[in-house]
Amino acid sequence: MNYMPGTASLIEDIDKKHLVLLRDGRTLIGFLRSIDQFANLVLHQTVERIHVGKKYGDIPRGIFVVRGENVVLLGEIDLEKESDTPLQQVSIEEILEEQRVEQQTKLENEKLKVQALKDRGLSIPRADTLDEY
Amino acid sequence: SICGTLHSVDQYLNIKLTDISVTDPEKYPHMLSVKNCFIRGSVVRYVQLPADEVDTQLLQDAARKEALQQKQ
Repeated sequence: MNYMPGTASLIEDIDKKHLVLLRDGRTLIGFLRSIDQFANLVLHQTVERIHVGKKYGDIPRGIFVVRGENVVLLGEIDLEKESDTPLQQVSIEEILEEQRVEQQTKLENEKLKVQALKDRGLSIPRADTLDEY
Repeated sequence: SICGTLHSVDQYLNIKLTDISVTDPEKYPHMLSVKNCFIRGSVVRYVQLPADEVDTQLLQDAARKEALQQKQ
């Protein structure tokens, strides 16, 4: 039953398991407990999932209150599909290590790119936000 | 980018899509188990609609009528 037919509401998504993508690139998974008009969210039994390549690691975070402006996307997780992902779960230490390596290679590539552009007299204006998306 | 069926929209242009598929080579593996999603309007850069699905005449007429209504 829809309270306002034709509108995008999160009411029906309450108490279901959701994946939340944040502007800083983080992925949170938890049960949606509360919403408001700004898409501020309260997530229960939240887990921060870090993806590197085909591996992922989960960090249990408990209860999260997310300010709406940081939310990019909210997706309902289909529990059956969740059990047959081709992804491999690894320990927290391992995934954090993989993430560190990935960040390093990204920074090095960025540096090379900026240098190559500088050599040609061009420059990319620095974005003044910390958004990943 | 994400491809899906438009389910609903609200005043903030938040979008609800059903039956998602990720069009870029799934470098974004987190979306594998997600079928429906809610996208906050403020983060949408653009929405691409298949050109032949849009009735431009109807759209133009409706826009004209709304503009007249706004003026009154």
